[in-house]
Parts: sequence; C-alpha cells; structure tokens
Amino acid sequence: MNDPIIISRRAALAGTGAFIVSFASAGRVAAQDASAPLPGPPPLPGSLKQTPLLDSWIRIDADGTITVFTGKAELGQGIRTALLQIAAEQLDTDPGHFKLITADTALTPNEGYTAGSHSLQDSGTAIMNAAAQVRQLLIAEAAQRSGIPPDRLKTDNAAVIAPDGRRFGFGELVSAEMLHVQAAPESRLKDFSQFKMMNRRIQRVDIPAKVTGGAAYVQDFRPDGMVHGRVVRPPSYGAQLIEVETAAIEKMPGVLKVVRDGSFLGSIAEREFQAIEAMRALAAAARWQETAKLPDAGALPALLTGLPARDITVLDQRQPVAGGAKSLAATYTRPYLSHGSIGPSCAVAQLDNDALTIWTHTQGVFPDRDAIAEMLRMPKDKVRCIHTEGSGCYGHNGADDAAADAALLARAMPGRPVRVQWTREQEHAWEPYGPAMVVKVTASVDEHGHIADWDYAVWSNTHSMRPGGAGSLLAARYLAEPFPEPPPKPIPMPEGGGDRNSIPLYKFPSTRVISHFLPSMPIRVSALRALGGYMNVFAIESFMDELAAAAGADPVEFRLKHLDDTRASDVIATAAQSFGWSKRPLRATPGRGYGFAFARYKNLAAYCAIACQVEVEHATGRARMVRAVAAVDSGQVVNPDGIANQIEGAILQSTSWTLYENVTFDDRRITSFDWSTYPILRFSAVPAAIEVHVINRPGMPFLGSGEAGQGPAAAAVANAIADATGHRFRDLPISSDRIKAAIGV
Amino acid sequence: MKLNVNNAQHDVDADPRTPLLYVLRDDLKLNAAKFGCGLGQCGACTVLVNGEPVFSCVTPVALLAGKEITTLEGLGTAENPAPIQRAFIEAQAAQCGYCIPGMMMRAQALLQKNPHADDAEIRAWLEPNLCRCGTHMRILHAVHRAQEMMKPAQPGDAG
Repeated sequence: MNDPIIISRRAALAGTGAFIVSFASAGRVAAQDASAPLPGPPPLPGSLKQTPLLDSWIRIDADGTITVFTGKAELGQGIRTALLQIAAEQLDTDPGHFKLITADTALTPNEGYTAGSHSLQDSGTAIMNAAAQVRQLLIAEAAQRSGIPPDRLKTDNAAVIAPDGRRFGFGELVSAEMLHVQAAPESRLKDFSQFKMMNRRIQRVDIPAKVTGGAAYVQDFRPDGMVHGRVVRPPSYGAQLIEVETAAIEKMPGVLKVVRDGSFLGSIAEREFQAIEAMRALAAAARWQETAKLPDAGALPALLTGLPARDITVLDQRQPVAGGAKSLAATYTRPYLSHGSIGPSCAVAQLDNDALTIWTHTQGVFPDRDAIAEMLRMPKDKVRCIHTEGSGCYGHNGADDAAADAALLARAMPGRPVRVQWTREQEHAWEPYGPAMVVKVTASVDEHGHIADWDYAVWSNTHSMRPGGAGSLLAARYLAEPFPEPPPKPIPMPEGGGDRNSIPLYKFPSTRVISHFLPSMPIRVSALRALGGYMNVFAIESFMDELAAAAGADPVEFRLKHLDDTRASDVIATAAQSFGWSKRPLRATPGRGYGFAFARYKNLAAYCAIACQVEVEHATGRARMVRAVAAVDSGQVVNPDGIANQIEGAILQSTSWTLYENVTFDDRRITSFDWSTYPILRFSAVPAAIEVHVINRPGMPFLGSGEAGQGPAAAAVANAIADATGHRFRDLPISSDRIKAAIGV
Repeated sequence: MKLNVNNAQHDVDADPRTPLLYVLRDDLKLNAAKFGCGLGQCGACTVLVNGEPVFSCVTPVALLAGKEITTLEGLGTAENPAPIQRAFIEAQAAQCGYCIPGMMMRAQALLQKNPHADDAEIRAWLEPNLCRCGTHMRILHAVHRAQEMMKPAQPGDAG
C-alpha cells in the first residue's frame, strides 16, 4: 500500500472567502510567534524578498512558451515537478507548456542552498506569487486591448479568454518590459477551492528519463572533446605529498597530463579507464607524510563532552518545581554518519578563453561558484556553475569538492571539458560526515503524570561547513598555496544546527535547553539531512517514552497531554488511529514491540508522527521494522505523492542510520571506506508495509517535508525496540551487537 | 573486439581489461548502467549477460565476446517503454533514481527466469542492490506491477 492517503481538512484560515491571501505573512505568524509586526509595507513573499523582479522568475516568449526560473535544484526530491505544478496552477496552464530552468549562476535567482526543506517555502512561494502577478498583468493587457473589464476575463491554457470566447495568447499579450517589474507584496492568488494542479498526484517529470537510460545526471553529461580526470586523495586528513615520480605515468596509454599542485594530485586521460589506471599508478607512487591524530572512537561521547565548548542558552524558562516529583536522567549519543550517496560525486568543468564553466550537483551553485573563483583567483563573473543532477546527496557530500577538483584539472587542460568522478573509497573516506553528538537530559514527572521540569543539553560540532570560502573546498587545502579551513560557526536558532529541534514542542512548567557548541573538529563534518534534528528528536522522543513509563501513561496519550498545538495533535491522532495504536497487543509476543514518535521539523516546518512495529530476533539481536504508519502535515499540499515519497524514504533512511550506521576510524585514518565497512539497510530488512497519511491544509503556507521524517523515524524505532526487549537503547546505532549484549545472548 | 549489446554488434577498441561499464557508458554512450562503487558492492551498474545479472563495474570486456549483453536501453524507450519501465513510472518508484536502472535490470532477470516469483523471492533476489533514498517500498511495488504486466495475457483479460 504505497498510495498516499489524502485527508482534506478545511484549516482555520481566517476569511476563507477572501480572494487575496498572503502566504508569506501567514508564514511569518506561524514561524515567529514572538516577533512584533514590522512597520512599513509587508515584505515580499518567499525568495521574492531577495529577487523581486517578476521576470527573474517567469518569462514568456512571443510563441507563448513559459519559462520558470528557480535558484533551487532537483536533488531527487521532486522539486521540478512541484514547482511546475505551482506555476501551472496560478497561470491556468498545463505543466507540459512550461520550461523550467534550475540553479545556474548565469540564469537563475540566487536562492543560496537547496537545503533545510526550504525549497517550497522559498522558491515555491516566490513562483506562486510571481505567477499570480504575471497572470494579472496579462489580464490587464487583454482588458486594455479588448475594452472588457479585467474581472470578466479568465485564463486558460496560456491564453486570456474573453466572455465572448475571444482568445488572447500569453505570447501575443506579453511585451519586452511587461514582466520586468517589481513584485507587489500581495498577490491575487487563486482560491484553493479552484485548484486543479495543486494537491494532485501528478507524475514526476524527471522519472521517465531516469528509467529509460536518458541523460539524467551530470554523470551522463558528455560534451564534445570531453576527457576524464581522477584525483588521488591523501591517505589521511592533512597528509602532505612528499614525493611522487610521474614520468612513467605520464607515458601510460591515453594519459594527457599529471597535475600536481602541492599535495593535490590528479590524472587526465582520453578515456575513463585510462584515467583510473593513471590514478592508481599515482597513488602507488606517491609518498605521504601523515600527521593526523584521530580520537579514540570507543571513548567518543566522553571526548565530545570534554572538548572546549562555546555554551549557548537556547531556552531558559526555569521555574521552581514542587517537590516530591519522580526524576529521571539519561544520556543519548550518536556516531558520525555518512551521507553515503550511491553515485560518488562527479563534475565536468571546462576552461575556455579565461571563462570557466562547471556542471555540478552542488546544493548551492552560487556559494560553490564563489569558493571556486576564490580558489582559482578568478573574477566571480568568469566562473559559472550549472546545477546538473547527481545521485541523491542528503546534505553536503563530496559534490562541492568534486566541482573544485574538476575546476583544477580543467585549468590544466584549457579548451577540453574534464569530467571527474570520485571513487567509492574517496566518497566514503573524504565526504564531510554528519557530526557525532551527545545529549544529556533530566526531567521529573509530578503526581498527576505531568512533566514538571525539563533540563536538556546537547554537545555538537557545527552542522555546516559548506562553502564558505575556498578553504571549504577539500582540494584548496592541499594546494602549494593552501587556503585554510574557515572557522566553524553555529547555525543560529530558530533553525539551529546541533541545537536544531532541541526545544521540545511540548509545554512544561520549567524548561532549559543548552547547546554546547564544539569548535574543534577531529573528523571532517558538515550538513547531513535534518542536521541536529535527527539526534535531538531521537533523544527527546526516546525520553518522552521513558517519562511516560515512569508516569504509567500510554506514550501517545502522554504526548497529547503535553501539547497545545492542534496541528501537532492532529498528526499524532491520525498516525495512532491509522496504525491501530490503541488496539496493539501489549507484551503479547516476545521480541515484538511498538513505538511512536513525533516532531515538528525545526519547530517551523512539517509536522510528522510515526508509529511502527519492530521484531527483534532473539538469537541474533537483529531488529527489523515490520510496519510503519506516518502522518504528515506540510501545509498546503502541492504533490501528495511527492510528500509520501519523501516520508517513506525518510523512514527507511533513518531506520538504516539508527540500526546500522557508524563511521569508523583508527588513530589516523577513516576505516569505513566502502559498503562492506559501512553497511546500510538492504531489502531483507525492508518492512512489509509503510503507509503515509498526508494532511492537506488548504491555503496555508508550504512547510518543507524533505527532512521531517528523520527524527521521528529514529525514535519510533528505538521506542519499539525498547518495547520489544524491555531494554532502553540510548546509544546509536542500535546494532544487533548492542541488542544481544543487553538481552544477554 | 566485438560486443553484442542490445541485439547489435559493436566493434569496440578497448583494453581487454576494461570493465564493461566504461565501454557501455563511454564508447556506446549508454547512460543507464551507473558507476556506484567499482567493487561489485552496490548493484548500480547491473546489466544482463545471457540473461543473468552481472556487475558491469567489475566485469572485464575480455570475458564477454560472444555473449548477449542487455542494458536498460535494450528493454524499451521513453516513447515505447517496456513493462518494467512502465511499472516503475506508474509506481513513481524513484527519488534520485541513481540506483534504479540497476534495480530494474536485476528484477528483469528474475521475472524472465521465474515469472511467478513471490514477494519473499523478489526481496531476496534484490538483496545485493543498494538504494540510499529509501525507495525500497516503491521498487517492490513496481516489480510486482511489472510481474503482472509481463504475464502472458489470458483470454478474457482486459488488456
């Protein structure tokens, strides 16, 4: 049962009958309750704030072709399709009529990174409003030409239609300057009761090419004259290349060049396997001086809490608590986690007449462009980054670094496009991991079964070392004139980094949350899907179950009792009801358990609740999720199947992180360098069924859903394993070894 | 050397040690088989050789003279998709999609050999192939759907 189940609920949208709805101002109210209204005109919606001209987003050719521009990138999350649906809805035109240009430094708005589940909120909102305003301009033009009042004109399939049937094609109406105007703060948005394209399961536009061998990825890009490059990475962090004898390698068949700049080493050859063989020969010939001193992986939690920290008070609403309460304390930990993209990072770069073009699957073409220009000491306007889809990244993987590698090799081979693809071992050993983290929490429950106080502390490195500057790029740190790694910075709340989702959405009389930001980074880290939200939700939702047990309460009832947000309660009730939570057998079968968890991602984005059943095999300690039911509220739904696909994926990926994954290293080198040393979920552990209920909130702001499932899935699995075994697991991953040790096998 | 790929003979000028994957992608310009690991650990490069799934990233072309090689392109096109391609589109069985061609070729081999494979057999068969987006439920759904489509039509079946 994979079809999403759509629940339509008329949300409490003030003035439902009103035609003018400002999504952006509604979003601000929802997001920042405490902020006072700003004086002056209301801000422009979504990314129109930074890029206010309508024709930065939508252009119409004389032949009626509509082109939509977005600074966001397709990462496999289905954003191309969703953005087309949004534009098509407001312009009353079939999505097949549109062209969509995604992140490209020469063509599109600069929308920073495609990250943080922001694409619909930023770009979707901008395109929706821009499309609505373009529609009004086209209607106004048709009104002027026909003498018919605008309110009697309609739009349909790329034309304005008069009551007498006359048809004015968008292409005839548009003129050069018509759309070159500033967006207005408010748009005449179509009323959601009239929606034809949104909240509809339409097929993704990118899938046919992907399942028929079309050119769908940067890996498939083969411009004329393309040659192949490979890089040799050092054996460990910071190792310096002492010596490499290249003369014989330069004479290998097909080899065009060996490129060395300090400790950056690469090969360029006519054919791909020739470049690989040259890379292998270079790796064998290279002598390195290794200096890395990695921490003792076994002592990691103590090491992290012992590192010098910058303490940030995230929330301090402490009150004196009445005595006699039952008090609990717990420590939760997570290891470093790999993005583990199935396709190693890849880029193609070409230097032509002092201008460099890079086709890259970076999540941020503009910041990557700036970093690469700085590394090559080129003017920014001479470097162009064009987003071209890669394998799923789930955050900051090797994409930006591969783009830098390609740029360096292309500089050595002017005129020829150079394609660089990392090896599996390079991707696994050199990508920036999701940071290891520690959470310590104490709380007490009063005699009425309410949580009386909550004191929470999280220790973490930064969750973003993205470019940045040139020093963010791996290759730049190894050049003869190296760029130093920029100092790490915490991502401020309300979105947060290590402290993302560290404030529980539950209401307690006394709450404190402290973030211990750790500037020292013994292992290379950056953004991994959901950032600290994965760990904080795992910890909070595990501890909620521990407190519910202390209070003798049902975990779902206990959560509902501490919430005053009806949308939160709705997803919890929907997931619990659809799962049959209240009818689950209690401790009926040994080794079978049920778990529940909830979070609102970042406390700002989508709401997600997950119930699941697991089975733990006694002899092996192997835990398997058998069934999961999720409910998600992402505001106004654009493509319900897209949301369901993201949540299904989040559940399985997070289950994999939670049960199996752990980056390993010795005192010098990363030792989890492939799929045998870094195992992930395989089909034998895939559940029998996952069901996703999508709650539509007509007319409400878009809430990103790409990362909403990561935390709840982890905690639901952990809670189910605790239910199945009677043992609480607070250290990730909850591996079969740890389970066996706990249950005494 | 000569290679038979998707029912056509190709003259390939490559070092015999070259893994098939690079010949398919670079010489024959076929996109579907993907580089994932180069180690035979993930299945992104899976193609069929005489109907059996092989990891093309670790199979030298020297071993393939006279064998029938089939890639995803050999099954159908975007305009005229094969049953398994239609099934994956209908089930929207992709997120990033990078692992999907390998999954499809592996599943295709099973459905050709054992049209009546049950769910447990399908899951066990797909075990070598990795997906990182977590699209597994949809992949299974699509393989079951393809299985229905590939069954010989019975009298009275509506299409």
